[in-house]
Amino acid sequence: MPTRTASPTRAFLHRMRRNRGALLGMTLLAALAAVALTSWIATPVDPYAIDVERRFQTPAPRYPFGTDDLGRDVLSRVMAGSRISFGVASFVLVIASGLGIPLGVVSGYRGGWLDEMIMRVSDVFLAFPSFLLAMAIVAALGSTLVNAILALGIAWWPRYARLVRGQVLSVKQSLYVDAARAIGAREGRLLARHILPNCVAPLLVQLATDAGNAILITASLSFVGLGAKPPSPEWGFMVAQGRQFLLTAWWVPIFPGLAIATTVAAFLFVGDGLRDVLDPRLRSTAI
Amino acid sequence: MTQYIARRLASLVFVLLGMSVLTFTLSHVIPADPAAAAAGFNATAEQIAQYRLEMGLDHPLHVQYLRYVTGLVLRGDLGRSMLNQRAVTEDIRTFLPASVELAVVSFILCVPLGIGLGTYTAVRAGRLSDAATRGFAILGVSMPIFIVALLLQLVFYKELRWFPSGGRLGSEFAPPEAITGLFLVDALLRGNWPVFISALHHIVLPAATLAVANLAVITRMTRSSLLEVLSADYVRTARAKGLSEIRVLRHALKNSLIPVVTVIGLQFASMIAYVFLIEHIFSWPGIGSYAVRAILGLDFQPIMAITLLFSAIYVAVNFVVDLSYLALDPRIRY
Repeated sequence: MPTRTASPTRAFLHRMRRNRGALLGMTLLAALAAVALTSWIATPVDPYAIDVERRFQTPAPRYPFGTDDLGRDVLSRVMAGSRISFGVASFVLVIASGLGIPLGVVSGYRGGWLDEMIMRVSDVFLAFPSFLLAMAIVAALGSTLVNAILALGIAWWPRYARLVRGQVLSVKQSLYVDAARAIGAREGRLLARHILPNCVAPLLVQLATDAGNAILITASLSFVGLGAKPPSPEWGFMVAQGRQFLLTAWWVPIFPGLAIATTVAAFLFVGDGLRDVLDPRLRSTAI
Repeated sequence: MTQYIARRLASLVFVLLGMSVLTFTLSHVIPADPAAAAAGFNATAEQIAQYRLEMGLDHPLHVQYLRYVTGLVLRGDLGRSMLNQRAVTEDIRTFLPASVELAVVSFILCVPLGIGLGTYTAVRAGRLSDAATRGFAILGVSMPIFIVALLLQLVFYKELRWFPSGGRLGSEFAPPEAITGLFLVDALLRGNWPVFISALHHIVLPAATLAVANLAVITRMTRSSLLEVLSADYVRTARAKGLSEIRVLRHALKNSLIPVVTVIGLQFASMIAYVFLIEHIFSWPGIGSYAVRAILGLDFQPIMAITLLFSAIYVAVNFVVDLSYLALDPRIRY
């Protein structure tokens, strides 16, 4: 018999720590976040400093990731790029969930023609592969990183609307919601205290997985020229710029590429772990 | 079932209409000057004016939309590329076969291999194989496809010199006379072995890159779905009555394929993105390279046309995937 009852948060954290994948993901993310924060204060060398004297230095203790065609330190640029990637992920998720969650709540809670309309519109958005839709939106808005973020946020809102709608639909039938209504809770309170907290678990899983995907897709957009512009150290753009030196100076494109892979993998591990911990029924569908 | 198909078709029409509204908005409404956007970066004032007339931008929006949709549906009019002044449909006809060839070869590589690997790890489910497949799947999903491509080029082109770094055919060969547009098939049909071998040699790296990304997902899905089925009662019964392990697997595999088919269908969406990036890297003259060129040249019409076309194909693929459930699982009745 445990001597004291663990709080749900404590129990959740305990289970997350015991999930090896989640632990690995969280450790990696913490390390990457530390790098991103450090890069605000200082990087080994100024990531934008051009010095043709030291171009194409092979990776060595002085420049662990080597230097690029303009003599810029690849490590410093990858560090500075981590800030951009975390920023990209945050903004995409804020836009997508900021649009999607309220629409999903309204759709699920109100029902009727409004629900029908919101869902049909989301059908249309979901019918586009998100890379293509983001590409078309960026092409229309103009190719900058900010527009790439905006485009992905717009392309992804229906995922959140759908998810939240489904949760709201199932939770609003629960006895405890009826009970809260019976003792006179107002709609706002019903939503805020009883319905929305039950949407948090699947939302967290979705957010963690999408954070990685957001970084991957924006990097891909930047790679084909629809995003970051010089001299930005955005990772996808660094790979695109360094690609021409692959055969002579492989470190220029490969290190930023590995940085993308590590960050995306970290988010996926956390997402997978969250799914296992929060909803064991979904475990078999984890990819 | 007929009713189900009719209902799905009706919603399909609605979705396609919605898609046309969205691409219309992106091409005609959002850009500050759609004619300037369509005419391109370096267009002169006269060219822009000509585009304005051609696109009917002097009419009210609803008239413009109607013209856009009727052009699309009745004439298959997807606009004109300002880079080469050809109709986009014509360009698509030129470039699509190369992409189809790439996708087909990569599917031939990754579907049997993925199902095979998934089955193997499911049968030998243990801690190590579990960790290994999971690690492999996460790696396959999180590694940007362009990095996989660059690494393969680095190893197999630069270091080992086994495969060429790009292109569809050696420069010493002329493309085989077109029958299907797929070089491998055409060369075979014409009995032109040197061209066939050169085409095969060139397709290995891009197709392998495309396969790597899909392989991870298919392997993982087959494994988890098969594990679930293998623990079912009827599998125990089959074993109890003394069926060989192979026959048990044959029973189980068929039933575990539904989620795998879904995933293969859904992979089509990421395949499109992958094809764009892979063709760009391997200078593969397909629709992806064409689209990236359009993007870099700010060639507006092909971008919108390709978005619409591929999304419509994606919707159709999902529809077919849904219908394929019927063939795989007789219990499902719509």
